Amino acid sequence: MPLRLLKFALSKDHPAPRFFKTHEAPKKSYDVVIIGGGGHGLAAAYYLAKDHGITNVAVLEKGYIGGGNTGRNTTIVRSNYLTPEGVNFYDASVKIYEGLSEELDLNLFYSTRGHFTLAHTESAMRTMRWRAEVNKHVGVESRVVGPDEIAKACPQLDMSCSGQAPILGALYHAPGSVARHDGVAWGYARGADRLGAEIHQNTEVLAIDVKNGKVCGVKTNKGYIETKQVLCAVAGFTPRITEMVDLQTPIVIHPLQACVTEPMKPWLDTILVSGSLHVYVSQSSRGELVMGSSLDPYEVHSTRSTLDFVEGLTSHMLDMFPFLSNVKVVRQWAGMADMTPDFAPIMGKTPIEGFYIDAGWGTWGFKATPISGKTMAQTIANDSAPDLIHSFRLSRFEDYELTGEKGAASVGH
Amino acid sequence: MKLLTCPMNGTRPLSEFIFGGEYREGPDPKTCTDAEWASYVHNRSGAPGDKKEWWYHSPSGTWFIAERNTLTDKVTRTYLLGPNNNNSSLAQENGK
Repeated sequence: MPLRLLKFALSKDHPAPRFFKTHEAPKKSYDVVIIGGGGHGLAAAYYLAKDHGITNVAVLEKGYIGGGNTGRNTTIVRSNYLTPEGVNFYDASVKIYEGLSEELDLNLFYSTRGHFTLAHTESAMRTMRWRAEVNKHVGVESRVVGPDEIAKACPQLDMSCSGQAPILGALYHAPGSVARHDGVAWGYARGADRLGAEIHQNTEVLAIDVKNGKVCGVKTNKGYIETKQVLCAVAGFTPRITEMVDLQTPIVIHPLQACVTEPMKPWLDTILVSGSLHVYVSQSSRGELVMGSSLDPYEVHSTRSTLDFVEGLTSHMLDMFPFLSNVKVVRQWAGMADMTPDFAPIMGKTPIEGFYIDAGWGTWGFKATPISGKTMAQTIANDSAPDLIHSFRLSRFEDYELTGEKGAASVGH
Repeated sequence: MKLLTCPMNGTRPLSEFIFGGEYREGPDPKTCTDAEWASYVHNRSGAPGDKKEWWYHSPSGTWFIAERNTLTDKVTRTYLLGPNNNNSSLAQENGK
């Protein structure tokens, strides 16, 4: 570091360090085209190069990288899911996350806080016990805790929730963490770029060329690109891309909103979730409270945020933390969540040869960024999905083999 | 506050309504294949556009149809479903 600084002292030229190269226009052809420059698409590009030596790859992003749901989530990383398939998958993701700052040589502010899912009813307690047992069976650190332990970990919490919804217990998940979400996208982008992949921002896919059931190219606003392999990793835009190749999926888009308060001194160490009150909250490294709630109740393809949402969320926040009544909400926003009926993602191959899908990430996509990138890279390189994502395949719906994860959604939807 | 017009009760706050999903014609279970049935059960037309949807006015227990654009969230028409109601004479035009 001192040498790098010295170089700037001696030079009159001080260019801002760039994370990745800017390319004039896409080449005529690539081995793999990845649609969507969010965390998932960039991670797939990174692991294609790193694990499989496939570097003739273009990531096409219609806006700017990490500007979609990667930069709109509430940054929680956890693996306390309900099905063994889900727990194994998200646990693999948490394990990569733990070493990711080192690997990408970028401080992702990955901070392990412990994660409490509060239960206010007996039926919620039953789901917590179920999740705890599945988690322990798979080897993930989760257990049911009583009110005393919760009050000790978060003394500011009103355990009666204004007398409306007394807390009976919680599912405690020790590895629960938060991270800087934009850092994850930028870190993977830099990693992929260094290994040879190209990132094209402001590049929108207009059509996908399929002949005899095989992908042969994509039409973009910057010209036609020949390719035999396309990965669709576009979250809330998935139905628009799958429509281009006449692929039917169960995905429906609902907005998911979030907001942050003004920064405060650190006081909230843990991540708290209340299913009954429809709140999840953590304090960011900047001191803001990052808060989210349940999905908007009907289908809209929009990132507009509403007053109804902030009113509802903040009133429940005050049930939990009455002392926050004078704290200001400074930003609110929405992302388009691509919801599946079983609350599990859709990953892997499709009936169209060379068209791979990484979608259905609804409200649970950020935590899966590293492992979805890794497993989708594996799927593309081998033209075969690894066992880890077998339960998430698109054909599970026609097989009636759904992977029911709704009970592990952070709040009751 | 967002508003929606119920064909029976007039314009009411959106919080009184429940979204019931897209209106869809199902295949005949006696003649369709298993794959067609599975597709009907699970798949949805997720791309944005003008859609015909089921909505429910909860306080009065009224199910009705709304024609809405899922990109702009603009409702163009709401009406009760039925052979005599599915026309503009009984339908309530709604620009909200």
